[in-house]
Amino acid sequence: MTSAASTPRAFPGERPVTEAVVREHKLNAREYEAILALLDGRTPTLTELGIFSALWSEHCSYKHTKPVLRRFPVEGPQVLQGPGENAGVLRLPEGWAVAFKIESHNHPTAVEPYQGAATGVGGILRDVFTMGARPVALLNSLRFGPLDDPRNRYLFAGAVKGVGDYGNCVGVPTLGGEVVFAPGYAGNPLVNAMAVGLLRAEELITARAQGVGNLLLTVGARTGRDGIHGASFASEDLSAESEARRPQVQVGDPFTEKLLLEASLELIRSGTIVAIQDMGAAGLTSSSAEMAARGGVGVELDTSAVPTREAGMTPYEIMLSESQERMLVVAEPAQVEAIRAICQRWDLDATVVGRVTDDGRYRIIHDGVVVASIPGQPLVDGCPIYEPEARESAEAVARRSRTPSRDDLDPLEALERLLDAPTIASKRWVFEQYDGTVRGRSVITPGGDAGVVRVEDTGFGIAMTVDCNARHVLLDPYEGGKGVVAEAARNIACTGARPLGITDCLNFGNPERPEVFHQFVEACRGIGDACLAFGTPVTGGNVSLYNQSPTGAIDPTPTVGMVGLLEDVTAAVGSHFTTEGDAILLIGRTAGHLGGSAYWAELLDCVGGPPPPVDLEAERGLQEVLVRAAAGRLLRSAHDLSDGGLAVALAECCIGGPWANATFGATVDLARHADAVSDLGWLFGEDAGRVLVSCAPEHVAALQALAAEHGHGAHYLGLVGPAEGELIIRRDERRWQWSTRRLRAIHLEAIPRRMAAPGAAEE
Amino acid sequence: MTIRVAVIRFPGSNCESETLEAARRAGATAELLDYRATSLGGADVVILPGGFSYGDYLRSGAIARFAPVMQAVRAHAEAGGGVLGICNGFQVLCEAHLLPGALLHNAGQRFVARPVDVRIERTSTICTGLFRPGAVVRIPQAHGEGRFVADEATLDALERDNQVVLRYVPVPGSDLPHNPNGSARDIAGICNPAGNVVGFMPHPERLAEATLGDTIGQTFFASLVGAPTSGAPA
Repeated sequence: MTSAASTPRAFPGERPVTEAVVREHKLNAREYEAILALLDGRTPTLTELGIFSALWSEHCSYKHTKPVLRRFPVEGPQVLQGPGENAGVLRLPEGWAVAFKIESHNHPTAVEPYQGAATGVGGILRDVFTMGARPVALLNSLRFGPLDDPRNRYLFAGAVKGVGDYGNCVGVPTLGGEVVFAPGYAGNPLVNAMAVGLLRAEELITARAQGVGNLLLTVGARTGRDGIHGASFASEDLSAESEARRPQVQVGDPFTEKLLLEASLELIRSGTIVAIQDMGAAGLTSSSAEMAARGGVGVELDTSAVPTREAGMTPYEIMLSESQERMLVVAEPAQVEAIRAICQRWDLDATVVGRVTDDGRYRIIHDGVVVASIPGQPLVDGCPIYEPEARESAEAVARRSRTPSRDDLDPLEALERLLDAPTIASKRWVFEQYDGTVRGRSVITPGGDAGVVRVEDTGFGIAMTVDCNARHVLLDPYEGGKGVVAEAARNIACTGARPLGITDCLNFGNPERPEVFHQFVEACRGIGDACLAFGTPVTGGNVSLYNQSPTGAIDPTPTVGMVGLLEDVTAAVGSHFTTEGDAILLIGRTAGHLGGSAYWAELLDCVGGPPPPVDLEAERGLQEVLVRAAAGRLLRSAHDLSDGGLAVALAECCIGGPWANATFGATVDLARHADAVSDLGWLFGEDAGRVLVSCAPEHVAALQALAAEHGHGAHYLGLVGPAEGELIIRRDERRWQWSTRRLRAIHLEAIPRRMAAPGAAEE
Repeated sequence: MTIRVAVIRFPGSNCESETLEAARRAGATAELLDYRATSLGGADVVILPGGFSYGDYLRSGAIARFAPVMQAVRAHAEAGGGVLGICNGFQVLCEAHLLPGALLHNAGQRFVARPVDVRIERTSTICTGLFRPGAVVRIPQAHGEGRFVADEATLDALERDNQVVLRYVPVPGSDLPHNPNGSARDIAGICNPAGNVVGFMPHPERLAEATLGDTIGQTFFASLVGAPTSGAPA
């Protein structure tokens, strides 16, 4: 037995802690002073320093962002579990609940795309199943530099394969996502992975260590030397030296993950455990310290008891390893045998590595020697909190008044070029590598506005999406932030589902730069205001800062993952035209706003102008129209207008889904609507709050009445044409006409054509 | 008497639940069976479901063939009992030499997940009896190792003895290659000469429920339940 008073000793062979070692651990003078104060002036051991370094990294401590994040709306009648746990949980009908969370794995992907992306998926799955939820869907948001650079093709191909291989093997369908290519991500790709799980509300379990004398067990893979300092790595700028971080990227084993998933759910349902948490970023350190702090107890860990992959690992290495597919479990001593039996059924080991104590200390013992003893609560929440300066740069202001030097493209050519832009083009090449149908519950698979799964054997479903128009956020972080949530909600509502709540993945540059922190603060304010207006609380998420390479900061990218409830899953509405002769209507107001548009950015090389303003009241009304119209079976398709505006949306509706054997023509007439708007503004403007729908002709009047009830116009534009027909857009005497088969070929081939260029498999 | 179906769960199987449901929906009494079992517990038909048995890190199905339950599966097959392998299950049956040929990495070297159009080439099997011969059906498929290969003599024998059960076929308007993985002779599934051991790559259990839009996949399970079991010993 050790007493709280035992002073920790350096582990034999460990380096003494000097100023240089402290710097190497990315702790500044103020933070180191705070550490000394917590240790009553004593110099920390290297193990202790490593523990502080991990828990006080931005990734774990939110030291630059906490005050801003506190302003998010987090409450609502549907919230079963808000921020602060492994995942947020919202109530569904009939006693069901949905757990969901999004998380970044950007820095690992930048140096090792396959494993970086794969382990991002693994980590987010564990966050969801540690809540007691069975994962039923995955989504992801991926961003890279332009595909004409072989390095970007390599990163893109590797990340997509990593995402796919992991989710496919575990057996969770990937049901949605976005892929964006823009110069801002060239040195710093983004991989944000989201998982969605289902549980019975009464089976919710949280990660709270409780009960003095209870035991801590590790379950799953052994601990190796991989991923040491991953959390700290995620909290610094990428640089030329980042390549040397490659050994710090963890290696994924989806097969073990699958066993761990089944064993964890069985453990939770068996009632044999008190709490469970994934050993994610900062591994054993964060899982044990956070569980103890949440439960208001102390813990004592014996690192010499932790099963390791290789002999001779030091307590420092064991505490900071980010080896994947490991769980930390708290249980009463009497349950250990039952836990072992369940784990053995899944060919996994469960090992007692520590116990819950009553002295509030976080103590590590190795071979009977105390190597760390830290007051537990301040270790988790005692990191100094910063309030960085936030100031918009003059460049950012100037950007908002920038306009293209020419604006005279032929609409015929412009639409074809937009459909060929990789960000707008079909992502079939991507999701063809993701299993979207495993589990046999997928109602809407990728290629539309949002994914939909049926909730087990009930009659209802959940819709899900991830979205972020980073260009709009770059140009105006507040309006852009609102727009991100509004677009996600429109996508959810297009399927007929009612938006329920969000999880966010806030990817930004270095917060210590005022112009970056301004983007962060304002984007969060926009997200918060939109969530409040829609009644869709923030249930958790992740902050990824220091997305900054030698070429500069990334575009501010606050990715939002949203889920919604579709009360009758058989009423789900798809995105594409289905029937010749159906009426085409545009719901929402058109003002021809081209600022921040894909048309300017992709075709005229101008990222400029103010992005479209977002009217939250109108958005909420639009969501209501869509949900009711779907429930009333008025709609045959509904598709959100976003990148590329009306012309791109019409083309996509005609082109059909990724596996369609036929396209549809369409004839629309823009006369009598928004007469003051220019042709280009009508065709390619990106006004928010608009959705293109199709319906049987006999439902037009009902749809228009429903829209009017909610303050919207449903403008009749024209008719769906025959299979393999033409897309014809008329305005007064002007007429633009495209072969839909040709548009489909452009849209579908844009990415494969570029990936066929040499270099994708290099490196 | 209802048909009894056992769905084997290997470590890493991940399609067992929907397969079990599809069998039950068709009217069978269906249960999961652990890979460590040494008997089939009286099942009339055994299904090896999709997934990644043992992670498929070596070669798909290469380790699962040594699982304890496979001895009972082999005895069942040899006695004329029904055995169906779907996706990873097909790979296991080939590795176990209960079916000829092998399934290698897709020709494109990428995982391919999308619906495929397959023609029912043989209806005298345990799971295709209710189809019209020559019917073309669209079914989800998802695998990284589905390229069926065998030597020319074996392929000729499969054709001659009518052992090709499902074949990828082109359909008008599709802009994807009809053969998703480079399989020899567009083969998507085969059977043994008697038709009681069947393996194929597509996943009918994923398209077997009305809320998902189509129930064509259920026909395979309905056939399984309706078809005679040629008196296999329990």
